[in-house]
Amino acid sequence: MKSISGLRAFTALLQRDLVLGLRNQSDLMNPLLFFIIVVTLFPLTVGPEQSTLQKLAPGIVWVAAVLASSLSLDGIFRSDYEDGSLEQLLLSPQPKILLIMAKISAHWLLSGAPLIVFVLFSGVLLYLPDAATWTLLVTLLLGTPVLSLVGAIAAALTVGLRSSGLLQALLILPLFMPLLIFAVSAVSNVSRGLSVTGEYYFLGALLTLALTLAPFAVLASLKVRMA
Amino acid sequence: MWEWIIKFASPMHFYMLVNRLAPWLGRAAGVLLVIGLYGSLFYAPADYQQGESFRIIYVHVPSAWMSMFIYMNLAVAGAAGLIWKTKVSDAIARSCAPLGASFTFLALTTGSLWGKPMWGAWWVWDARLTSELILLFLYLGYIALQSAIDDRRMAARAGAILALVGVVNIPIIHYSVIWWNTLHQGPTISKLDAPSIDTMMLIPLLIMIAAFMCYFFALVLVRARLEIIEQERSSKWVQELVLQQPGQSV
Amino acid sequence: MNLSEFLHMGGYAFYVWTSYGLTAVIMFLNYWLPTRREQQLIRKLKRLQDSKSG
Repeated sequence: MKSISGLRAFTALLQRDLVLGLRNQSDLMNPLLFFIIVVTLFPLTVGPEQSTLQKLAPGIVWVAAVLASSLSLDGIFRSDYEDGSLEQLLLSPQPKILLIMAKISAHWLLSGAPLIVFVLFSGVLLYLPDAATWTLLVTLLLGTPVLSLVGAIAAALTVGLRSSGLLQALLILPLFMPLLIFAVSAVSNVSRGLSVTGEYYFLGALLTLALTLAPFAVLASLKVRMA
Repeated sequence: MWEWIIKFASPMHFYMLVNRLAPWLGRAAGVLLVIGLYGSLFYAPADYQQGESFRIIYVHVPSAWMSMFIYMNLAVAGAAGLIWKTKVSDAIARSCAPLGASFTFLALTTGSLWGKPMWGAWWVWDARLTSELILLFLYLGYIALQSAIDDRRMAARAGAILALVGVVNIPIIHYSVIWWNTLHQGPTISKLDAPSIDTMMLIPLLIMIAAFMCYFFALVLVRARLEIIEQERSSKWVQELVLQQPGQSV
Repeated sequence: MNLSEFLHMGGYAFYVWTSYGLTAVIMFLNYWLPTRREQQLIRKLKRLQDSKSG
């Protein structure tokens, strides 16, 4: 048997996960539906005044995005764990970091990227001005990969446990606070006409840090859990 | 040196080490606590601004200090368990969590009790209190993970990874919370800061911190000993140990 | 300084004594609970051994 190169394995696994994800439409849609419902709850509870909603919008969108993404985390490794392909993945000769990156990228493409589209709708619902909506999109573009990367650590740590969904949320939500703080402050800065480059740099730094460290933590967690 | 370390990494030798060490640490903690309490309640003068309420510092600051120190211990012991796969370091890491969580809880409640007369509110989104609250969440997450995984050793390893991820994140969380705090309130109210503390006030504080440290080390060893006995209950040395214990035979 | 003045803590009695009391309670529980559990465990193991050998 000829072994394929790491890059080929990466694209093959990414493709497989994307095909599987797109086939399972309820898993794909449910977090997005959850996101838009959470956003809808706010005007109903804090009142539909334009000024209030505008002020709260970045916080609402980000909290809803973090919750929705932590709901979808369970799917990263669960089915692979159940059918044994996760074990195969850990035994494969290709660099495992690349394979894990493929799984995380697939998760982001299926959960984070569609969320960014939904944010456009929620921006309309919450009377967010155009400039602020664009900033919100940039923060989500920089931030949602961090959600998938760090979330994958929690998913790997709890893979195979019964009540893993809620536990994952408990483990990672505290870790997302810096992300929330800077993302939301970027959007409110734009609304007040202030510069946002500092926040962008910080979010970029968080993304770089997560990209370099999280895959190794995921690999170590999977090794511990599959031992 | 290495031989010595390897020897005490074995559960049985660890048990004997704890039996010898823990009582002394406990006594040291007791003595230091008595001296520290005298110092904090009588020796230290009342603060000219905060009056007698300032004395809360002597339980609040050591607790806050311990909450972070214990998290570092948890991560280091966890890392040692990941690298050398020693049962003792796994047991120590697991034992750190409840102690750390209780000190974090104490730091929060005493901070709140101090805040009420100072700020007029039970809770203020002060940078330090907020960081402590997030630290408490991290501890509780670790404990939740421990109770979700049945296999103790696997739980300890998984917890070690979580703790290491936490250690990378704690400075980021801490500084972003400070930044967020200054953004929203300005750096005016941080009464919990004591930039230039009088020596008469400082000495009892240092003694209290030393007492809390001894207390922590004594109890983390006792807890780890309990973990080890539970883990090794069917091994020969535990069986022999049980036989030696005084107590009625049924 | 007499005793009642000391207990009064310059009007901050409630805050100061609750802080110290809570610290004492939690520090005691942290000592008591594991020690008790260890004694119970050893007693249980001893019973198991006795029933096996007896």
